[in-house]
Amino acid sequence: MARMKFLCDADRCIECNACVTACKNEHEVPWGINRRRVVTINDGKPGERSVSMACMHCTDAPCAAVCPVSCFYTTADAVVLHSKDLCIGCGYCFYACPFGAPQYPRVGNFGSRGKMDKCTYCAGGPEDDFSTAEYEKYGRNRLAEGKLPLCAEMCSTKSLLAGDGDIIASIYKERVMKRGYGSGAWGWKTAYKETVSV
Amino acid sequence: MKTWLKTFLAMLALAFVASAPVAAQNNNFNPTKESVKEEQLLNSLKPGERLTGRISIPDEKAASLIQPGGQEWRAFHQQKLPFIGGVAILGMLALLAVFFLVRGRIRVEGGFSGKTITRFASLDRFTHWLTASCFIILALSGLNISFGRMVILPWLGAETFASLTALGKLAHNYLAFPFMFGIALMFVIWVRDNIPEKIDLEWIKQGGGIFSKGAHPPAKRFNAGQKLIFWIVMGGGVVMSGSGWFLLFPYLAQNGVSDMQFYTTIHALLAVIFIAVMLAHIYIGTLGMEGAFDAMGTGEVDLNWAKEHHGLWVEEVQAKAKAASVAPGAMPAE
Repeated sequence: MARMKFLCDADRCIECNACVTACKNEHEVPWGINRRRVVTINDGKPGERSVSMACMHCTDAPCAAVCPVSCFYTTADAVVLHSKDLCIGCGYCFYACPFGAPQYPRVGNFGSRGKMDKCTYCAGGPEDDFSTAEYEKYGRNRLAEGKLPLCAEMCSTKSLLAGDGDIIASIYKERVMKRGYGSGAWGWKTAYKETVSV
Repeated sequence: MKTWLKTFLAMLALAFVASAPVAAQNNNFNPTKESVKEEQLLNSLKPGERLTGRISIPDEKAASLIQPGGQEWRAFHQQKLPFIGGVAILGMLALLAVFFLVRGRIRVEGGFSGKTITRFASLDRFTHWLTASCFIILALSGLNISFGRMVILPWLGAETFASLTALGKLAHNYLAFPFMFGIALMFVIWVRDNIPEKIDLEWIKQGGGIFSKGAHPPAKRFNAGQKLIFWIVMGGGVVMSGSGWFLLFPYLAQNGVSDMQFYTTIHALLAVIFIAVMLAHIYIGTLGMEGAFDAMGTGEVDLNWAKEHHGLWVEEVQAKAKAASVAPGAMPAE
């Protein structure tokens, strides 16, 4: 089985936000929630870089570790998913996540947040594949269709890579070797306790 | 055609003049090759800071790219808190068990007299039980959300446990308000009897008489131990309410996730200590001492119990009652 990861080659990202839009559209993500976002570091200064970030599907995921009701699970492809039926909306995963991935439909009074929502790596949830319930709660299950996450598949500069960690790391390495520079695999050290060494 | 060429050349010249100093400044910098480095940025962050940038979607929270504070919060929640909580709560239970085995139940030495004296009126008892019942549910639901996954989840199953925890969370969020009201009421009705006095030093010197039979240090309405409990409840209540307020209304937290991490840490740390202290309070008010529960049960305590534990208070009450019965409405003779 593959070990699915995301890798954003920030030297290629042009901050078009198409990944953000595609994700929202594909999964009918509720208002106020962005499963993926593009952050520009050092904006306007020499050497600025834009990074597309979502849930990184961490190794030993912090969200899963702190969840009081243990609603997270890791699939055979190492994708970190959760059950909205079990989620109590306590906010703990949001406190622990380094990437700000878990989000809630509301930030209401008396700690009422609703069920947590985050990037599913286009892999749905615990419900039956392609069921209405799965689509309504988690969005499309592209992985079960044999497709990769839409954000990466439609990235116009192929900055955002998704797929087996070893394969996307080797693609990235090849690019860095060829062009002679690379700003690194953003978030990898935090998420996977390893980085792509070139 | 000539004027068009002239304008074009003029613009070109202008552009060159304008960009020349910039080019000169960054002679050695290649913005394609050189860029910000994640590791460098992360290393330069101070504790509690986040790696942020600019975001074009209208949600400022999303501008945070990486927040290393999450890992510290995880370490606190998964390692430090269970350790501190375990030591505080299980340690207190063990201490109470040892105390019970060594000292046994503290009896009324003079035996029950059969006569009673009113210790706590209905308002006192209402305030106590309002706060106490809220505290017990808050404590249990709080312990459940922190440690229930390790203790209860395995034998309840995921679904039942999630429903129970969701109910616990609701109870925790709404019972916070009567609890806060109870704390405030408690302050109003009991503060004047809980001001530390010289006499408390004597009580403390004798260890409250709890370690030896026959020792009954002087005490007014509340002894030094009870005063200590009162002030722990007041201080604990205020900090728990203050930190809990931000957890109830997350949008009040100015620094977003860092603030929430801070408030949950304070809330959880103080909670386990608060629970440990209250276990001792519950012990001495029920199993630990004969006749003590009546004070908050019926409000009427045995006279001998009262004389042994709150001698000065009994004298005060009796003197007051005497004064009232001797001259109901009449002026005393000069």
